[in-house]
Amino acid sequence: MDTLNSETATDSAVCSTFAKAAPDFSRQMLDLDEDEDLEVFSKDTTLTDGSSFNASMPTSPSSMINQYKFEEEPDTKDIFITVDCPESHVTAIETFITYKISTKTTRSEFDSCEYEVRRRYQDFLWLKGKLEEKYPTLIIHPLPEKFIVKGMMERFNEDFIETRRKALHRFLNKIADHPLLSCDEDFKFFLTAQAEELTSHKKQGPSILSRVGETVRAVAASVRGVKNRPEEFTAIGDYVETFSQKMIVLDKITQRISKEQKEYLEEMKEYGPVYMLWSGSEVELGDSLKDMANCIDKCCRETEEQVNALSENVVPVLHEYVLCAETLKAVLRRRDNIQAEYEAKNDALANKKSDRDSDSDLSFVFGGFLGKNPEEAKQQKQQKLDGEIEELKEDIEKLEDKVECANSAFKVDWERWLKSMQGDLKATFLNMADTNINYYEKCLAIWESFLISQKNELSVENGRGYS
Amino acid sequence: KKSPPPPPLPKLGKVGSKCACGLGSRERMADSGSDEVAVIGNTDLTAAEEQNNRNNTDVEKSTPLLKKMEISVSEAEKRTGKNAVNMQETYTVYLIETRPVDTITEGQNPAPDSLWRRYSEFELLRNYLLVTYPYIVVPPLPEKRAEFVWHKLSADNMDPDFVERRRIGLENFLLRVASHTVLSKDKIFFLFMTQENGWKDMVYETGFQAKADSRLKALNATFRVKNPDKRFTELKHYSDELQSVISQLLRVRARVADRLYGVYKVHGNYGRVFSEWSAIEREMGDGLQSAGHHMDAYAASVDDILEEEEHYADQLKEYLFYSEAVRAVCRKHELTQYELEMAVQDLTSKKLQREELATGTVRTFSLKGMTSKLFGQETPEQREAKLKVLEEQILEGEESVKSKNSECDEYVKNAWLDIDRFKEQKNQDLKEAIISYAVMQISMCKKGIQVWTNAKECFSKM
Repeated sequence: MDTLNSETATDSAVCSTFAKAAPDFSRQMLDLDEDEDLEVFSKDTTLTDGSSFNASMPTSPSSMINQYKFEEEPDTKDIFITVDCPESHVTAIETFITYKISTKTTRSEFDSCEYEVRRRYQDFLWLKGKLEEKYPTLIIHPLPEKFIVKGMMERFNEDFIETRRKALHRFLNKIADHPLLSCDEDFKFFLTAQAEELTSHKKQGPSILSRVGETVRAVAASVRGVKNRPEEFTAIGDYVETFSQKMIVLDKITQRISKEQKEYLEEMKEYGPVYMLWSGSEVELGDSLKDMANCIDKCCRETEEQVNALSENVVPVLHEYVLCAETLKAVLRRRDNIQAEYEAKNDALANKKSDRDSDSDLSFVFGGFLGKNPEEAKQQKQQKLDGEIEELKEDIEKLEDKVECANSAFKVDWERWLKSMQGDLKATFLNMADTNINYYEKCLAIWESFLISQKNELSVENGRGYS
Repeated sequence: KKSPPPPPLPKLGKVGSKCACGLGSRERMADSGSDEVAVIGNTDLTAAEEQNNRNNTDVEKSTPLLKKMEISVSEAEKRTGKNAVNMQETYTVYLIETRPVDTITEGQNPAPDSLWRRYSEFELLRNYLLVTYPYIVVPPLPEKRAEFVWHKLSADNMDPDFVERRRIGLENFLLRVASHTVLSKDKIFFLFMTQENGWKDMVYETGFQAKADSRLKALNATFRVKNPDKRFTELKHYSDELQSVISQLLRVRARVADRLYGVYKVHGNYGRVFSEWSAIEREMGDGLQSAGHHMDAYAASVDDILEEEEHYADQLKEYLFYSEAVRAVCRKHELTQYELEMAVQDLTSKKLQREELATGTVRTFSLKGMTSKLFGQETPEQREAKLKVLEEQILEGEESVKSKNSECDEYVKNAWLDIDRFKEQKNQDLKEAIISYAVMQISMCKKGIQVWTNAKECFSKM
């Protein structure tokens, strides 16, 4: 019961904060603009766990500006987070990687302006879990997968670590961009606390028993299923289903293109050297063939750049939106479960009411056997039922609130997510187009200058009377 | 554009071009080497014919056939028929069209003469030319079977793309021969293009097959020749290198083409997915849908790109096969040189024998010498007879050496003239091929820029 209360209390708090968050946000911005006293001074960059640590790197402005393009208000960003410097740590039990999280902020709820901590993947998992727990119907950006089975060999492979680092960077920045999530206590803790503090903080929260109870309820609710889902959520669910399918296919296509391009590059690398070899046998043609070999090699380098750009900028984003789709499905399920819980309680109330109002007297008869006065028994029963009904009504009111909050929170966040998704994907595809345009332009220049040099040679020869 | 003809070759023979039948016209005996014409068959020329010959020689000395006649291989068709072992087979025939140039320039437009030939007849013609003009680098035919294919092209000889490329290759062959100062004058070649029936018999009747050097003979000579002209050795080495490098190039090119095809075609999938996705999107729908069309266009563009590249590959292939023709010329030199060396060796040994017989000394070991020592000497009369025979043989040998010597010189001179011509042609052709490759790449890049710029515009409307 306590947990339920605290949950609903949090939910309403969430609701009200959310309702306020939007307008408040802009007001906050204004405050900052006018604040002349704001100073940015470097805070002590303390070690977290005492193991190997390289000297803090000054964060350049360019690295603060996130590589990931955001749709909303880049000018009014007041918190900048960078994830970099992966390092491996070896203990007796295990080896793992930590990442440096650098935060620069002007927000008043932060005690200082700069923070630097080290976090491992587990810590990110914890943060995500907490946020999902507290805001079940908000859309939280996905984390990179634990293990990518296909294509990657080890957890400690350089490419894997780099891909993961970038994804973790995006994850934190997406949260920082979220008007509600970025104000979360646990998020703040994640960014600022030392290792020991974080470990002890992690241990807080609802007890294991209550969490088990929660899970059981959730499973029961999902089994029960929601009965009267509002049309708009069904529509969103359908959209998410289709979106998910399309993203999966897009992800596959893009990865396949990347693979084909890499293989094309490998074959092209063999092409130039053959022309070079040939030039050795030829007298008149030697120079032309050498030039040809050089052109092809230059084009190879451009292809390599193109391949890398697509791998780094396009592939990961599409993959992330595949994960996003899964997140969305989970959020919708949770919303459904909240509603199902409410519906179940309603059903229970109806049952109890019909119990009270019915004249069924099997229980009185039974009570009679036990030597109880049937009238008394009936009255006792009635009283008991009334009490239960009152309790149920209270619970239902709270659950109704919870459903309301969950739904409105979700709807606002859904719109927000849609916009963000559009912005991200548009930027990604524009990036892809730009990469390819740039590639072809560079190759065009290479071949055009080759052509000019060859034609010059020809005209020189013709001039010499080599008709 | 053909390179201008080299300075007129020494008189190779006169043409009785007005004579319709193949027999009786002049025929160049490849291994006679003499300046005189060896005419088979009809040796009686009338005064008019002699004058005709002189005229024709003067005119035709420096005018390749191509200048007087328009030639093309314009069509290909499937035929079925019974083959040599009486089995039903399907084969392709090609239409050769010819038209005298002057009729066109005079403003008329007569229908061309035409006949159908199949690939095996082209092969026959080429073999004839190889044997008849061994000192000429004879233009190659397009490949018999598709090689260096990448997965999209089939290796099937009946495939229409293959047939089309072969048609072009055959036309190229005819044009090359027709623009060659020496080869274009050949009667059999002329009749190949103008006389459908009975041509095959005529070719066989030239007896060229008997003149062909056996592979074994040529191989033997290559191994045993002691003093070949250094230039030919170098040239043979070069042709080996050329063959090797072009083969490598064609192999890599085929693999690159394969990969490029894959990259472009996978983009086609974007078109479908974008279209499906656009159905559920409000604002992004239009942008996605139109971008998808451009992705389809991008995927489709690779077909044209690779077809053009195939043309470049064919140009390279021609010189791959040319390298074989060059090697053949070198081999023939080795053979003539070897035969000369053999003749010299034979003469020397016969002279030695004469000396021994005359002086009675035995300097070389011979079975005759041994047996005569064991079983008694010969009578002076026997020796006299032997000497006489030897003297005759020596005279013959000296004649043979003299003629083989001049044959060899003649061959070297003529061959080297054609090799120089070939080198210049090769340099020009390959340079043009390289330039056309660059032009293709430029066109491909421009198309790519176009498509992706269009797609970008669509994306920006998302």
